Parts: sequence; structure tokens; C-alpha cells
Amino acid sequence: MSEKQKKATAYWKQNVRYLFILLAIWFVVSFGAGILFKDALDAVKIGGFKLGFWFAQQGSIYVFVILIFVYVRLMNKLDKKYGYNE
Amino acid sequence: MSVQTWTYILVGLTFALYIGIAIYSRAGSTKDFYVAGGGVSPLANGMATAADWMSAASFISMAGIISFAGYDGSVYLMGWTGGYVLLALLLAPYLRKFGKFTVPDFIGDRYYSKTARIVAVICALIVSFTYVAGQMRGVGVVFSRFLQVDINTGVIIGMVIVLFYAVLGGMKGITYTQVAQYCVLIFAFMVPAIFISIQMTGNPIPQLGMGSTLNDGSGTFLLDKLDGLSTELGFNEYTNGSKSLTDIFAITLALMVGTAGLPHVIVRFFTVKKVKDARKSAGLALLLIAILYTTAPAVAVFAKTNLINTVSNENYSNMPVWFKNWEETGLLTFDDKNADGKIQYVADKDKNELTIDNDIMVLANPEIADLPAWVIALVAAGGLAAALSTAAGLLLVISASVSHDLVKKVFNPNISDKAELWVARGAATVAVGIAGYFGINPPGFVAAVVALAFGLAAASFFPAIVLGIFYKKMNKEGAISGMVVGIILMLFYMTKFKFGWFGGGTEADWWFGISPEGFGSIAMIANFIVAIIVLQFTPEPPVDVQEIVENIRIPSGAGEATGH
Repeated sequence: MSEKQKKATAYWKQNVRYLFILLAIWFVVSFGAGILFKDALDAVKIGGFKLGFWFAQQGSIYVFVILIFVYVRLMNKLDKKYGYNE
Repeated sequence: MSVQTWTYILVGLTFALYIGIAIYSRAGSTKDFYVAGGGVSPLANGMATAADWMSAASFISMAGIISFAGYDGSVYLMGWTGGYVLLALLLAPYLRKFGKFTVPDFIGDRYYSKTARIVAVICALIVSFTYVAGQMRGVGVVFSRFLQVDINTGVIIGMVIVLFYAVLGGMKGITYTQVAQYCVLIFAFMVPAIFISIQMTGNPIPQLGMGSTLNDGSGTFLLDKLDGLSTELGFNEYTNGSKSLTDIFAITLALMVGTAGLPHVIVRFFTVKKVKDARKSAGLALLLIAILYTTAPAVAVFAKTNLINTVSNENYSNMPVWFKNWEETGLLTFDDKNADGKIQYVADKDKNELTIDNDIMVLANPEIADLPAWVIALVAAGGLAAALSTAAGLLLVISASVSHDLVKKVFNPNISDKAELWVARGAATVAVGIAGYFGINPPGFVAAVVALAFGLAAASFFPAIVLGIFYKKMNKEGAISGMVVGIILMLFYMTKFKFGWFGGGTEADWWFGISPEGFGSIAMIANFIVAIIVLQFTPEPPVDVQEIVENIRIPSGAGEATGH
């Protein structure tokens, strides 16, 4: 494997690792907190919101936005590290 | 000034603005026409994507649907935003690096096959046409209610406007008008929401107002109050749904994956300069969308509480003016079954006397809350901005599918750039005509077919694109059979349970208890499985295709989008 090829493989592996972590969070806040564990979380109340209901109609959306911006930051750093930035 | 005068002024001003932008940024080449010359900034693209995505359904219908569905409405909130995470992480950067004009371009090249390209074109056309018909109808509804013109005249006015700037400006004209339309629609959505939030809870931020206590000195939380009112009238508790857990899960997944697979959204990411910009602009798009999507559930709660308080058990003769106005449109009907002159709004179908169309909740909300005339007019302008921006984006996908994917790539590869541009304009014109026809004569199954559009996108494009990027060895046989099985399965299930074909069926016959709306997730999984099984028995893709995949995984050197 050439040097260039090795670099590309390492970059891709790290990228896929980031994707797994971020998509795990994506799954937990929406399908987890907003759907599967909604009833359990509803026992907790923050202000007028039952927590599970809040995740389903508000919280998950905020987390989605944050996730994309975290991804943008991580990837910009990774691009720089491997010299793929332009 | 009256509501009507205000509406004429605001709608007139916004339309003049859109046309001005279209003339200023008209397209000179196919590249301008398909991908706006490829030089759109991430923020402008984010705003354009947000306007493109938020249709008449998001602006006019969604809050109303949530109002009546309560917790069950969460599927739309999570589904239509969570898809952007998939889009940003799994699709947009790689498709931008690939650097072509359309989604069928990617499918056709990555799977080295004309068949794959044609399957993709057919899917893109079905998805986009069903969508655009709904938008035209939305334009008609707004015109007929707020400008007192006939609904069909409304559709025709909308057609002329869209035709003008989509045909003249192509993607370039559309992008910059969408930027303006985003500003109009978000302002129009937020102003009444903030007014009502202050009125009901004293909190100017609707997202927080929704979880605050009522302003009436009782100290009751708004959501508790609404839960109480709902159960009193025999409905489910607002914060608890009636759909099964499996179905909620399946619908949310299908909407997320469908969102990520919609061609008119994906194609927006071909318009930015670099891979880096594609990622960033996906984030900005979702941020801008989230402003509306986190406000909508608050509007739903305010509107529902207001509505129940205004109508429940009140005398029909005491109803405010807005009630009569909406009765005239037929979107609100009162049938005094027990002839006591009072309005019974209850869950029991035999006793309920009030039927309310979902769409009223946002459009009538400012009137119900007694807001000034200019706010009511603003909502009309916002609804039009939402419908027009989405219609224009869809029309572009349709015209590009015909002129680029069919005429240029399949029938006549030697066509000149100039001739292709004229074919694209011609195709857009024909598409506007067809969309307008469906807007004026809406087939009874529009609503059903819009859900089908998401299911189709989920069952066809998403797996093919994701496998194309993340599974280097995926070959054309696998991808094509996956797409075909996915679409056919989805079409079969939808037509069986929505139109009663193939023996029909009721809720009890649903597979795994999943509704047709949620079945896209099953069809998508079937697509993945079939593709991977077929792959085991068919030859690997050629080396040069595997090199394309290696190449799109590296963000640098994206160059400019090209059709050649």
C-alpha cells in the first residue's frame, strides 16, 4: 500500500468512527428518549414539560443541530491533520 | 387598514421582490441552471435549503396536525429534522465531492449503468410531481381565503410566478429567491407565535412559553391545562399519543430516511464551492429549519388551548368573526346535532358537532388570538413564500431529470449546452402546467401520495446512495435489484392499504403493526438486504468505479460541479 493510500485509509477510518459516535447520539435522543423510553422519562418534569415529551417535540431537534456543527468542527480538524483542507 | 388591504400590500411587495431577484440572477448556462454556477455561499445555501424544504405542509399544515395529534405529531418534528443529520453525515459531503448535477447522475455513474440511471430518474419524477401538486394547492388555498379570489385563479397566479422565475433563472434564480422567501416565511411564522406566547404565558419565547404557566394567575402549567381539557372532552391526553410504539418508531425512521433521500434537497448541496461548505451549509440549513420546527409544537399547544376555550360549550350565535369567515371556506363546519345552539366539541363522533381542518390552525391562529391586521396578512405572505419556494425547487429537479438525465445522458449525448438549456426550460414549463393541473383538479389521494413520496425516497435512493459511498464493492446488480425491490414493496403496501388494491386490508392486517406511512423503513431495510445478498453472487464493480469511491471519500480537490 502506498503512503498516499495509507493516509487515505486512516482518514476514512477516523471519519467512520466519528459517524458511529454521532449517529449513536442521534439515535439515543430521538428514538431512545423521544420514543422508546418516553414513558419512563415522562415521570421527570422540568417546568411544564414532561421530559420524554420534551425530547420528542423540542430536545431532539436541538441535539440534531448541535450534532451537525460538532461534526463540521471534527471534520475540519481532521481534514487539516491529513492535509485535505483547502 | 383592513386585513385585505394589508394582504394585497404584503403579497404584492414580496412578489415584486421575487421577480426582481429572478431578473437580476438569470441563468446563462446549463451550469447556472442546474447548480447555480456552483458558487453559492454556505449561508445562502443554508437559507435556500431551509426555504426549499419548508413547504406549504410545514408552514400551514404541520402545527395544525400536531394540534390534533398531540404527542403522535412528534413523528413529523423528529422525522423531518433528524433526516438532516443523516444528510449531513452520510450524503451531502460525498455527493458534493462527486460533483455532478443531479441524483440520477450519481446513481448512473457510481453503478456504471444506464438502467440504474433510468430507475433513479423515474423515482425522482414520481417523488417530485406528487410533492409539487400539493404546493400548488397550498397557493390556491391562501389566495382564496385572504385575497377572496377563486381557488383556481389562485393556482394560476402561483403558476405564472413560479414559471417566471424558475424558467428564467433556473437554480441560480431559485436560490436567491429562496433566500428572500426564507426571510419572509420565518418572520411570518414567528411574529404571531411570539405575540400569542406573550398573550398566554407572558414569555416572549414560544419554545419556553409552551412549558410555562398560564398568564391567568392560576399558576397552572399550559401543558397540564391542555391535558386536562383534552381528557375532559374525551380525547387522549395531549402529551400522550394513541399510536403504537412500533408505528411511531417506524414512521419517524421512514420520514428521516426519506428526508435524506429527497432529490430536491440533496441537489442543493451541489451548489456550494467545497466539501467543507456542504457540511457547514447542512448545519446552517437545519439550524434555520429548527427555528420553525421548535416553534410549531408551541403554536400547536397555544392554538388548541385557545380553540377549546373559545368554542367548547359556547353559543353558536356568540362566535367571533373568524369563525364565520372560515365556515365560508368549508374548512370549518358546525352541525348542531342536539339542537341546543351550543357547540359540542368532543371525541365521541356521534356527539361531536365541530369539524376543523388541520390547515386552519396556523392560518386562523392570529385571528383567534385577535392580533392586528398586518400580522394576519403577514401569515398569508409567509404561506405563499413557503409554497412557492418548494414548488420552484421541485420543478428544477423535474426539468433537470428530463433535460440532463434523459435527453443528454440517454437519448442525445451530443446536444449543445445551449440546446440543453432550452430543453431544461421547456421541461420546466411543461412541469408547471402539469403541477397546476393537479393543483386545480387535486386527485383524492394527494395526501396519501405525499406520504408515498417519503416512503419511495426512503426505499429507493437512500440505500443506493449510502451503499455507493460506504460500501466500495457494491455493484450495479446489487444496487439496481435493491432499488427495484424497495420501490415495488413500498408501492405494493401503499396501494394495498391506501387504495384497497391487491385485496386491500385494514389496520388489523398491517405487517408488524406498521402503517403505510411508516412502511418506508421496512422497504428500506429490504432494499439493503437484497442489495447485499445479490452482491454475493455477482461480479465486483470495475476498478475505475472503485477508484471513484476512494476519491469521493477524500474531501480535497472537489473542483467545480460538472455535467460531463
